[in-house]
Amino acid sequence: MLRYILWRIITMIPTLLIISALVFTIIELPPGDYFESHVSELRAMGEAADLAEIEQLKERYGFDKPMVVRYFHWLGGIVQGDFGYSFEFRLPVNEVVGDRLWLTILVSVVTIAFTWLIAFPIGIYSATHQYSWGDYGLTFVGMIGIAVPNFILALVMMYFANVWFGTSIGHLMGREYLNQPMSWDKFISILEHLWIPVLIIGTAGTAAMIRRLRANLLDELRKQYVITARAKGLHPFKVTVKYPLRMALNFFISDIGSILPAVISGAEVTAIVLSLETTGPMLIKALQSQDMYLAGSFLMFLAALTVIGVLVSDIALALLDPRIRFGEGRHK
Amino acid sequence: MKSPLPNPGAPLEHFVSDAPYDPNDVENDNDLAGPTAHASQTRLMWLYFKQHRLALASGIFLILIYLAILISEFLAPYNLHTRNTEFIYAPPISVNIFHEGKLVAPFVYGQDMTLDMNTLRRNYTDDLTDIQTLRFFCRGDSYEFWSLFESDLHLVCPAEGGQLFLLGTDRLGRDVLSRTIYGARISLTIGILGVLMSFVLGIIIGGIAGYRGGIFDMVVQRITEVLQSIPSIPLWMALATIIPLTWSPLLVYVGITVILGLLDWTGLARAVRSKLLSLREEDYVVAAQLLGAKSSRVIGRHLIPGFMSHLIASATLTVPGMILGETALSFLGIGLRPPITSWGILLTEARSINIIALYPWLLFPVVPVILVILAFNFLGDGLRDAADPYK
Repeated sequence: MLRYILWRIITMIPTLLIISALVFTIIELPPGDYFESHVSELRAMGEAADLAEIEQLKERYGFDKPMVVRYFHWLGGIVQGDFGYSFEFRLPVNEVVGDRLWLTILVSVVTIAFTWLIAFPIGIYSATHQYSWGDYGLTFVGMIGIAVPNFILALVMMYFANVWFGTSIGHLMGREYLNQPMSWDKFISILEHLWIPVLIIGTAGTAAMIRRLRANLLDELRKQYVITARAKGLHPFKVTVKYPLRMALNFFISDIGSILPAVISGAEVTAIVLSLETTGPMLIKALQSQDMYLAGSFLMFLAALTVIGVLVSDIALALLDPRIRFGEGRHK
Repeated sequence: MKSPLPNPGAPLEHFVSDAPYDPNDVENDNDLAGPTAHASQTRLMWLYFKQHRLALASGIFLILIYLAILISEFLAPYNLHTRNTEFIYAPPISVNIFHEGKLVAPFVYGQDMTLDMNTLRRNYTDDLTDIQTLRFFCRGDSYEFWSLFESDLHLVCPAEGGQLFLLGTDRLGRDVLSRTIYGARISLTIGILGVLMSFVLGIIIGGIAGYRGGIFDMVVQRITEVLQSIPSIPLWMALATIIPLTWSPLLVYVGITVILGLLDWTGLARAVRSKLLSLREEDYVVAAQLLGAKSSRVIGRHLIPGFMSHLIASATLTVPGMILGETALSFLGIGLRPPITSWGILLTEARSINIIALYPWLLFPVVPVILVILAFNFLGDGLRDAADPYK
């Protein structure tokens, strides 16, 4: 088992390296750099740019050197925990980001838990009551969840929360807790605000998950051992729960790999609309102002989050299903 | 009385049946073999597909709206940029056929606008004395049809001097319905063009990887893994900000299409690759190779057509993602730019909750988005079930 985990962690490294190269290329692609647009912006406003400071920053981040050198410089910094410098905020990226990363992880994890919580019973119901009205109805509701764009859902929910509860639901915490260190009260405030983004982001993923769980469970339920168990007079509940459900559970865990990117994508858009204190709004601002290191670290972080999420799901799957770790062992 | 059987020992009578002889008689008997026994593969697929009612209906719906975007100019009552400054934020109105209990031709009531001086809100009320009968196949705003010829024929127009804002107007007094009809042109084609691009990329890259194997296969597999593990929206956002502000809106449209297609080919490439890995060992491939066919011919001529139906089915299921992607990007202000009008651009009008509270009809373009995405999902499901009729 330990060997399997080690092996998975080692294979993760080249993936992360390729991702970092890709991310760096993307943030380098726009013509010009932050300094050029910044200086011209200042000139347009009739202010003198502090050229000395800019020259110093340019030198520090090697803007005169070729791209490959800068890439390795950046990569080396990341490995040491230095994500570079945010030109717009004039602060190291680490300080700008603050707890946004943790909040993004919190939102994603809670969303996935929510997705599971909803999808699991509904998926079982749909599979055991195939082609019933309940099945059709739930499938239809799920399809609507897929089809409605996240941002519209966010806007509409914002409106109704305002009308029905009289609360404004932007942000992830009460206004008084912004920029405050983490405390118990702040944590409670975050939990109170969390359910709306989770609900919005979760809708699309839940529907997709229900569909896949239903299909998996149906395949399993058609197998002969189920018929045998039923013929021998086992209680229908037990027939479903004891074996077919366990088999479907495997897929449930491995499916993290496919829903996590979707959850994070949805979380970004929703966060921008609701102006949550996660990576979304800051990422889009950084991208637009060519604040390349800030944008780059966000992209890198989001990609790493999915890669690690998949890793966790793979390990959980190996723990759950011996065939996988033994299968992997035989390959070597 | 003559017995049907000859007497024992007597010679048999010579007998020839004059019914036409067909060696496949039994197999051709549809009552024995069932109606599908001799259907071609295409016909079988069609038979299976037809059973999926929802998919069939979705297919017809999609064909209709794709035909409709060819004649948007004719279908929309107004032009894309027609501004009616006297009717800003006018609410939707309903078409009536009864006036004071009497049946008349379809008409709308004229609208009276009053400005509430306290809130500066425009209030519109029906003017029950002003009956504006709709005209059909009529002359209205003139337009250049596909920049080919000028025309002013519309399916439906307001009465002379009247107005017809079935879904209300926006902040510049532009008709929401007409703009939604025009927006379909961009939103629907961007999905198809993006998928077409990812289709070509997926088949070429996946085909070579699966057929050749080796180093190329390794590299392609790593790249697809990486691309699939990066969340698509942030990556789209990053790529979309690369598009320079100086580009013309049409170039931006092309650029966004390329971006959407550029990240989407991985799923198809994987499918093609795994299929080719198993198929390349088949005898007919060896035969083709021995006859001297180049790999491009073996892949394109013999291998790909074998599972084209699967590819089309899975490509159909990726169109909704692209349409949603474009909508989200445009909504966030980094996708398409006006004057190009897509459903995403239209939805940017409804950006804050104040607008939703005051002018909810600006959200209407989300209805076609939902319908189209549902239709593509159902159609894809149906195609996937029908793609392999020999199951």
